[in-house]
Amino acid sequence: MMKTKKISKVDLIFEHIDPREILIKVHGMSSEEIIEEILESGLKGRGGAGFPTGMKWKFCSEEKEKTKYIVCNADEGEPGTFKDREILDRVAYKVYAGMAIAGKAVGAKTGIIYLRGEYKFLLPQLRMELDSFHKLLKETGYDFEIDFRLGSGAYICGEESALFESIEGKRGEPRNKPPYPTTAGLFGKPTTINNVETLVNSVIIMKYGSDRYKQMGTRYSTGAKVFSVSGDTPIPGIYELELGMSLFEFVKEFGDGDTKTVQVGGAAGFCVPRKLFANTVIGFEGVPTGGSMKLFNSSRSMYNVLHNYLEFFTEESCGQCTPCRVGCQQLLKGIESVKKGESQSTYLNELIKLADTMKIASKCGLGQSVGNAFKSIVENFREEIIY
Amino acid sequence: MKKNKMINLKINNQSVSVPEGSTILQAAQKLNIHIPTLCNHDDLCVAGNCRVCVVEQKGARVLVAACAQPVVEGMEILTNSLKVRNARKHVVELLLSEHRADCTKCYRNQNCELQTLANEYSFGDHIFLDLVGRHEQMIDYASCAIIKDDSKCIRCQRCVRTCSELQKVSAIAVSGKGADMKISTFHDRPISHVVCTNCGQCVNRCPTGALTEKNYIDYVWDAIYDTEKHVVVQTAPAVRVALGEDLGYDPGERVTGKMVTALKQLGFDSVLDTDFSADLTIMEEGTELLTRLKKVLVDKDKDTALPMTTSCSPGWIKFIEHKYPKMLPNVSTCKSPQQMFGELAKTYYAEKKGLNPENIVSVSIMPCTAKKFEANRPEMRDSGYKDVDYVLTTREFAIMIKQAGIDFRTLESSHYDSLMGDSSGAAVIFGATGGVMEAAIRTAYEIVTGKPVPFDNLNITPVRGMEGVKEASLKIEGCKKEWKFLEGVELKTAIAHGLTNANKVMDAVSKGKATYHFIEIMACPGGCIGGGGQPIPTNIDIRQKRIDAIYEEDMSLPIRKSHENPEIIQLYNDFLEKPNSHKAHELLHTHYVERVKY
Repeated sequence: MMKTKKISKVDLIFEHIDPREILIKVHGMSSEEIIEEILESGLKGRGGAGFPTGMKWKFCSEEKEKTKYIVCNADEGEPGTFKDREILDRVAYKVYAGMAIAGKAVGAKTGIIYLRGEYKFLLPQLRMELDSFHKLLKETGYDFEIDFRLGSGAYICGEESALFESIEGKRGEPRNKPPYPTTAGLFGKPTTINNVETLVNSVIIMKYGSDRYKQMGTRYSTGAKVFSVSGDTPIPGIYELELGMSLFEFVKEFGDGDTKTVQVGGAAGFCVPRKLFANTVIGFEGVPTGGSMKLFNSSRSMYNVLHNYLEFFTEESCGQCTPCRVGCQQLLKGIESVKKGESQSTYLNELIKLADTMKIASKCGLGQSVGNAFKSIVENFREEIIY
Repeated sequence: MKKNKMINLKINNQSVSVPEGSTILQAAQKLNIHIPTLCNHDDLCVAGNCRVCVVEQKGARVLVAACAQPVVEGMEILTNSLKVRNARKHVVELLLSEHRADCTKCYRNQNCELQTLANEYSFGDHIFLDLVGRHEQMIDYASCAIIKDDSKCIRCQRCVRTCSELQKVSAIAVSGKGADMKISTFHDRPISHVVCTNCGQCVNRCPTGALTEKNYIDYVWDAIYDTEKHVVVQTAPAVRVALGEDLGYDPGERVTGKMVTALKQLGFDSVLDTDFSADLTIMEEGTELLTRLKKVLVDKDKDTALPMTTSCSPGWIKFIEHKYPKMLPNVSTCKSPQQMFGELAKTYYAEKKGLNPENIVSVSIMPCTAKKFEANRPEMRDSGYKDVDYVLTTREFAIMIKQAGIDFRTLESSHYDSLMGDSSGAAVIFGATGGVMEAAIRTAYEIVTGKPVPFDNLNITPVRGMEGVKEASLKIEGCKKEWKFLEGVELKTAIAHGLTNANKVMDAVSKGKATYHFIEIMACPGGCIGGGGQPIPTNIDIRQKRIDAIYEEDMSLPIRKSHENPEIIQLYNDFLEKPNSHKAHELLHTHYVERVKY
C-alpha cells in the first residue's frame, strides 16, 4: 500500500490577511527573487493541469516584449467545481494581490480576470473591491491595473488559448501550441495565465515563505488545495485540504457509508471505483484534480453518469478538431446503441480504442481528457453500461 | 537579410535539415515522406484542426499535427508508427461517419480528398455509427452560382479561411459548437442572400463536395440536342490554359486548338471566343478612360470619377456593390467581356447570320462561378433576351468532354468560327492579373501617341507578376494633337488580385491616401486563371504555370493589340459606329446597384 497522508484541513486560502503588508514585502523583491520563491515552493497550477507556476512566470519574465499580460482564469466550468466562486466571493483581494505579484515577477502592467458568465452576479461587488485595491496598489508603488472580461457560458473558454480568443472578441477555439501563452498569448503578447486559486497560493507563499509552504502536502504535490465536494455526501461544500491524502481517507471523511465510486477532477477527470480507493493518491503523483470531487453511492447508475458526461462533452466541444467533435458524438451514440442492444457489447472495445485516440490526437485538453472519464467508467463498470 | 538558422531533425530515422520556423510537414516533404493532410492548404493559414496529419514525436505525451508543429533541434518524428496509423485511421473513420458518402452520385467523385484518404485508410465495414442527419434539409440550392451541402462538410474550415483571408468577405463562418458546429452564413441564410461575391474560391479549396458550383451541364445538352436552337459558345481566355488539368495534362499546358475541336464535336453550332469581346472591352473601356481623363483634366468636371476601375470581374463588382457602394461611379460602365459577347450574339451576330435571336442559345465557358450570377443579373438583358443563357465552369466543360467520349489528347487543333472568333494577344492576357491593364495600355497609348508602347515586344512587365497589389506609372509623351492635354501626364495605375488586396486598394483610394488614374481589380488570386471555376486543386505553383501559359499564348498570336483585331474593326464599321457610341452605350454598358453591407 502506498504511503499517504491523513486528512488534514487547513485554512489559508480564506484566511484574512493584510494585503498591504504582502505588497510592500514583494515590492522590495526583484523579479528573480519572486520567481525563485515560487519555484522553490513547488506550486503547481490549481486549475487541474498542474503546470509548475514558477516555470510559467519564469518563461514569461524572460520574454523581451514591452507589453505583457497577466490573465486570471476564473472561467470555472468543470462540472462539480465551485471553489473559485467562493474564493472570489470571500477573498477577491487575494486574487488581485496574486495578479499584482505575478505582474511584478514577469513585468506585466495589465491584468485581466476572465470571469465565468454565470458568475456575473459577483461583478458589482468585485468591481467595488477592485477600486479600493487599485488605490492600495498606487499607494504601495505598483504600476498595475486589473480589469474584467466576461465569458458567455462556453466550457471550452476555460482552455487558456480559447480564453484568449474569447477575450480578443473571436470565437472561443483553442489555438495550436506552440507558441505557448508565455511567448504569444493574449493579443499575441507574452501572457501568464493562472487559475484563481493558484494566484491566491502565490500570495500565501509570499506571506509564509516557500519553506513553510512545502511542509504541506507531498514532495510532488506541495501545499493544500480547495476541494469542491458534492454528490452522495452528507457534508457537501468547500474544503481546504493538504494534498497527498488517499481517496480512502477522503471517502472516510466525506462519504455516506455507501460510496461506490468517486469522480475525481470533474467530467474531464477520472472515475475511481471503491476497490482502488486505498491505492489512489489525490495529487499530481496520483489522480490530480482541479477541485471537483463527486461521490456516487450504490443507488447511482454509472451508465447515466457517463451518458451525462458525454452529453456534456458533445455539446461543449468547440467542434473544430475531428477527434473531439465527432469522437464525443460517437462515444455517446455508441453507449446508447450498446444499451439498446443495437450494437454488440464488444463495440465498447472499439469505443475504448477511440477514446485512446481522442486522448492523443485531439487538439486541446478538452478532447484529450474525454477519454479519462469514458475509459475509467467503462472499464470499471462495464456491466452497468451494457445491461 | 538575416540568414535562417537551420534545424536538424530525424523523420522515420532519416536526417533532414530545414530552416527554423518550418513545420514537420515541410521537413517531411523535403524527404519525400508523404503525410496526409485535409485542413491544410498552401494558400491559407495553418488550422491544425482535422488531425489527419498527426505524427508521433519522441518524448511527447500526445501526437502532434505535422502541419502546425514547428521543427525543433534534435526532434525525432515517426510518421507511420502503430500509434499514428491507428489514430489516423480513426480520424478518417470519424470524418466519414459525419460525411454523406454518396460518392458515386457526388460531383467531386474521384477528385475528393476525403475519398482518397478513405481509400487509403478505411476498408470494408465502417467502424462507427452514421451521424449524418436528414441531408435533404442540409443543402442550400438557392444560389445560381454556388451550392452548399452541409451533409458533405467535414468542418476543415478551408472555406472559412479562404473567405476571410483571401477575400475579406467572410460570407461563411463557423457557428455552433460541439455536435452543432457547422459552417454557416449570417443568420444561416442561403448563400444567395448574404454578402457573398460568388467568387467560388471556397469551392476551389473545399476538399469534398460540400461546396460546388451550380451545375448547368444538362441544360446545355438539352439546348445542343434541340434542333430548333442555334447554340453559340464562347470560351474565356483563362479556360484554354487550365482545361487540360482536368483532362490529364500537367498545369500550364495550352490546349486552345484541341478545345475548339472538342466544342465542335460536342455539337455547338458556332464556337466563338470571349477573347473577341475582351478586345472589344479594351476599345470601350480604353475610350471611357480617355474620356474620363479629358473630362477631369480639361473640362474640370467634378462629377466624373477617377480613378476608374475595371469591371470585368463579377466577383469584384458584387464586392464593391456591397462594401464600397459610394465608389460605384468609379467603376467602368463597360459590361464584362462575357456579357458584351452575349449581347452581340443576340443582336449583331443574329443580324449578320440571319438568325432569329429568340432561337439563339448563348453559352459561355468561364473559369468563374460569379459569371453564373452575372449572367442572371436583371441588367444583363439589353438584347431583349437573356444575353448569356448558361454559364459553365472549366470543370463542367471537362465533364461534358468526358461524357461525350471524346479522347481529348488525340484531337486535332482547329480554329474558332467567325464572326466573333478572332482575337489578339491583348485579349488572352485578360486571364492573368495585370492583363487587362496591359491590354488597355497597349491600345490607349497608341491611340494617344500614334506609337506602340515603349516596351520590348509590347510586354509591359511592370504590371505583371503575383504580387498582391502592384503599382505602375507610365509617362505619356509625344501625344497626337487631339490628346495634347495628356502630354507629360504620368498615368498612375494599380493592379490588385484577390479581394483582400482589392480592399486594401479601395480603402486607400476612398481615404484619399492613393491617387491613381486607372485600377485593375480581379476578384481571384492570380486573376481569372485562379478563378473559382477552374480545375481543382489550386496553389501558387499551378497558378503561376497557368499565367506563364497565358503569356506564351499572347506571344504566339500574330495580332497583339486589341484595336488591330480585324473583326473588331469590322464590328465598329458595320454595327457600332465607334467606341462609346450611342449604340455601344445601349448594348455594351451597364449600371450597378448598391447592396446591403451584411
